[in-house]
Amino acid sequence: MTETFAPATKFAVPGRIAVSNRAAAVWQTATLTEIRRETPHAATFRFAVPDWGGHLPGQHLMLRLRAEDGYVAQRHYSIASHPDDAGHVELTLDHVEGGEVSGWFHTVAEPGDQVEVRGPLSGFFAWPGDRPALLLGAGSGVVPLMSMLRQHRARNLSVPLRLLVSARSPEELIYAREYGAETTAVFTRSAPEGVPVGRMAAAHVAPLLAEPPAGGWEAYVCGSNGFAEHASRLLVEAGQPVDRIRIERFG
Amino acid sequence: MHVTRGFTGRPRVPDAGLPPGQYDAGDDWPVLSAEVTPDLAPADWTFRVDGLVAEPRTWNWTQAHELPSSAYEGDIHCVTSWSKFGVRFGGVSLDAFLNVVRPHVSATHVVAYSHTGYTTNLPLDDVTGGRAWIAWEYDGKPLPAEHGGPARLLVPHLYFWKSAKWIAGLRLLDHDEPGFWEQNGYHGRGNPWEEQRYSGD
Repeated sequence: MTETFAPATKFAVPGRIAVSNRAAAVWQTATLTEIRRETPHAATFRFAVPDWGGHLPGQHLMLRLRAEDGYVAQRHYSIASHPDDAGHVELTLDHVEGGEVSGWFHTVAEPGDQVEVRGPLSGFFAWPGDRPALLLGAGSGVVPLMSMLRQHRARNLSVPLRLLVSARSPEELIYAREYGAETTAVFTRSAPEGVPVGRMAAAHVAPLLAEPPAGGWEAYVCGSNGFAEHASRLLVEAGQPVDRIRIERFG
Repeated sequence: MHVTRGFTGRPRVPDAGLPPGQYDAGDDWPVLSAEVTPDLAPADWTFRVDGLVAEPRTWNWTQAHELPSSAYEGDIHCVTSWSKFGVRFGGVSLDAFLNVVRPHVSATHVVAYSHTGYTTNLPLDDVTGGRAWIAWEYDGKPLPAEHGGPARLLVPHLYFWKSAKWIAGLRLLDHDEPGFWEQNGYHGRGNPWEEQRYSGD
């Protein structure tokens, strides 16, 4: 028996997105060139990576730090910058309580420091800019979605894109100054005057699915597991097909 | 690999149980799945084994529970670099299912697939000989849906993306066939001790 096995799937593999196995296997030196504060707990770290082979919005990389005794810590991080930012990548990191890697970034790192990265990795959550994109993110889960939004702007794409982003408060909304008419912000703890406080709800999602663009939405959900479960259920209940929802969960 | 200025890392005692590049997640058990968690009741769960076998067979929840139970107690390792020590799963050894269907001698690999359509490939040797389970209990309780309940594949000696959640079946093949993450750039086998994370490692 040599036929190919394909089980009945309700869950699509985006075969149109090619992943470079070579790029994923090679560690490169990344030099920190700039640190921008985004919120009291999050900052953007800009790196020069001269041989970076490019990425698609939504992809991530693996980053590693090495201590003097040889101890190594490595983590996956979503890429925040858009692909046309040649030779550079940006990461936006939360300062995680007790986090050994995010702790180094937020308390030690300064321009000129070098770390190592490999990638881009995984094509599943990527958005090549070819289909209408409905993006739902919470907290630092907005990072890979911002790469998509930035590409949409940088390339003047006409394909529809909408972003629903959830944050605890306006002060904690990452990239607050960059959002435009495509974005709706939802605040769970405190909001500007006149804006209700509460979780992302059917009322935010339903109107977008009541009048979907031609061909329907490709939905991308990114955030904590609790948010991912909640937001993906809202999408399914509003009629979004499960095989057109991609989820990236931040453990 | 150069030293990162000012990086010391968390305090550490060498732990022989930690594969290279992994850290101890402690009490955390991160959820990592790319699809919507399915609403799958035990009564609707089925598990099929077919392909290169003498007698293809589908078990339902009750029939699967009639097989001899078998537990795993040990460690699990996720490719995203966390490991979790001393976890306890309950279920049935895959050997018990394979003994019923009787694999052909020509079978070399399996494709495991889930009720959501997720797939992952494994050499047959990695899921026989007491190295793999169909698991429906975690820490003495029903396996939570977000961790693959009502039942998942458990292959703890490989990175955890191989342990397909919401397991629906195995097909035995005479060749290797990359699954979902393997087609998305991940390694074909995924041995944590050899750091087989990505294709090319």
